[in-house]
Amino acid sequence: MLNVKSENQLKSSLFVDFLGSLMKSASTKIGVVLLVFIVLACFVGPLLSPYEKNGIDLTNMYAKPSADHLFGCDAMGRDILTRLLYGGQYSLILGLITAVVSSSFSILIGCIAGYFGGMTETLIMRFMDVWSALPAMLLAIMVSAVMGAGFFATIFALTVGGIAAGVRMTRGQVLAERKKEYIEAAESINCSKLSIMFRHLLPNVVQPMIIIATMNIGATIMMAAGLSYIGLGIQPPTPEWGAMLADGKAYIRLYPHMITFPGIAIALTVLAVNLIGDGLRDALDPKLRD
Amino acid sequence: MGRYILERIIWMILILITAAFVIFTLMYLVPGDPAKSLLGPDASYKVLEIKRHELGIDRPYIVQLGDFLYKTFIRFDLGTSWKFGTPIIEDVAERLPRTLTIGLSALVLSAFLGTVLGIFAAINKGKWQDSTTMVLAMVLISVPDFWVALMFILLFSATLGWLPAYGIGSVAHYIQPIICSSLMGIAINARQGRSAMLETIRAEFIVTARAKGQRENIIVRKHMLPNALMPIITGVAGGLTMTIAGSPIMETVFSIPGIGQYMLVGINSLDAPIVRACVMFFALFTTVVILIMDLCYAFLDPRIKAQYSSRKR
Repeated sequence: MLNVKSENQLKSSLFVDFLGSLMKSASTKIGVVLLVFIVLACFVGPLLSPYEKNGIDLTNMYAKPSADHLFGCDAMGRDILTRLLYGGQYSLILGLITAVVSSSFSILIGCIAGYFGGMTETLIMRFMDVWSALPAMLLAIMVSAVMGAGFFATIFALTVGGIAAGVRMTRGQVLAERKKEYIEAAESINCSKLSIMFRHLLPNVVQPMIIIATMNIGATIMMAAGLSYIGLGIQPPTPEWGAMLADGKAYIRLYPHMITFPGIAIALTVLAVNLIGDGLRDALDPKLRD
Repeated sequence: MGRYILERIIWMILILITAAFVIFTLMYLVPGDPAKSLLGPDASYKVLEIKRHELGIDRPYIVQLGDFLYKTFIRFDLGTSWKFGTPIIEDVAERLPRTLTIGLSALVLSAFLGTVLGIFAAINKGKWQDSTTMVLAMVLISVPDFWVALMFILLFSATLGWLPAYGIGSVAHYIQPIICSSLMGIAINARQGRSAMLETIRAEFIVTARAKGQRENIIVRKHMLPNALMPIITGVAGGLTMTIAGSPIMETVFSIPGIGQYMLVGINSLDAPIVRACVMFFALFTTVVILIMDLCYAFLDPRIKAQYSSRKR
């Protein structure tokens, strides 16, 4: 009884310790506040907006920012702020799903390669060599061309792009871990390979992967915007940030507000995620702690 | 050492062949009928049949694949564009220098500036120079480069009128694309450079160097930098492939007729030979960069060198 309690205390204090060191840095605090604000704005904001996301209003074509339309209107008189908030839902969900799916696959494949070694490892890693000969962005462009436009096609395209790098990273982690004593101990008491992989190795390599996945969310949001900008990925009239930039480019001289605000939205979201990613890295990696 | 290089080159060719297989298959799976998109919706069934035969897309998958691999790797023939009917190699030869000019200039800029900033931040760790540099790097990493490009056009072309907004023709046309393509690389290299330098700061040989009274300047240049070089090279190579892979977007923003834009032309007009040729070039480029990076490692890291020289004996 006593033992259990003290173990729980230890666990919670470790977690509190982790939270404490995570929130110690000012930049992480800024990141968290910024992200909470963006998430709230994107998911609650549209409910409060008096405008429809595709509500065309020809009397307000190209309207400059004003009290009625805070960020102005686009070429069809649609309220840019409302569209940005809706677009944020797509970007945030897309970034999150892609990061989770692609790092789950990379962790799984990387663990198998790193732990089993031998022929399995060689085969997997050689395959990853081929995979990374095509950079993530190019692969995403080609896969979107095959899959066509749309939300899930874009998620698939971006996921495919990110796996190879993640597998390498996980394998590196596994190789470092498997030499440690606790793996030897587990092997010596005849644990099955699967149990060693999932119950012993995985929890120890998952931490660095969380950091990488967090950083990937930012990169993914940016790549998704890039895809939409060149006409692949999520298509108009869906208010995707990159597509809004592409819409506004033609009017860059006369109505710069059409491209200024979507870009700021992407930048702030990616910044928030990256700040949190940096904070996680500093908090989880004791080497970097001073 | 020669053996190592040879092994790497053979492996590179194998990777390229496999990549060619993947690229071919992906483009084979793209939905839509190229013949229909070339001849328009009114073309009769008979005419479409003839066109498909002309393009060679009525043959079975495996025959087309074999033909593609044979032409690409044995005869170095990239085929002709379905839409324009011109040999692709001519278009590529015209467009490649533009993409490479931007990519390589951005590489030099980002490798130099980024590494210098990273070292500068590391030796001033904890001071305001460090935090300023890192905040700058964080912002540059988070802002999409193609949007910065749009903002550059807005400021320097539309408002100030200093630089041309799009197209090619003079050196001035390349200034904005090069700067915008290098920003992300500068930030990545600065962060990578800083953490690589900081890894060495705590190493025992640095303590030794300090203990024997070595000047700080020499400690940084002779002891820290060589040991921090490998992660820096990784960062530089990663930045280069990212710039080249991002070229379809950057070239769209600045309307530069380069390889990236050519690839998008191919995708939009269902012109598979163009897309395959462009992606093959990107893959070739990436694998060559990785090869050069590996060779740099081998030259810099005595452990890899020793492995191969001992095998020879």
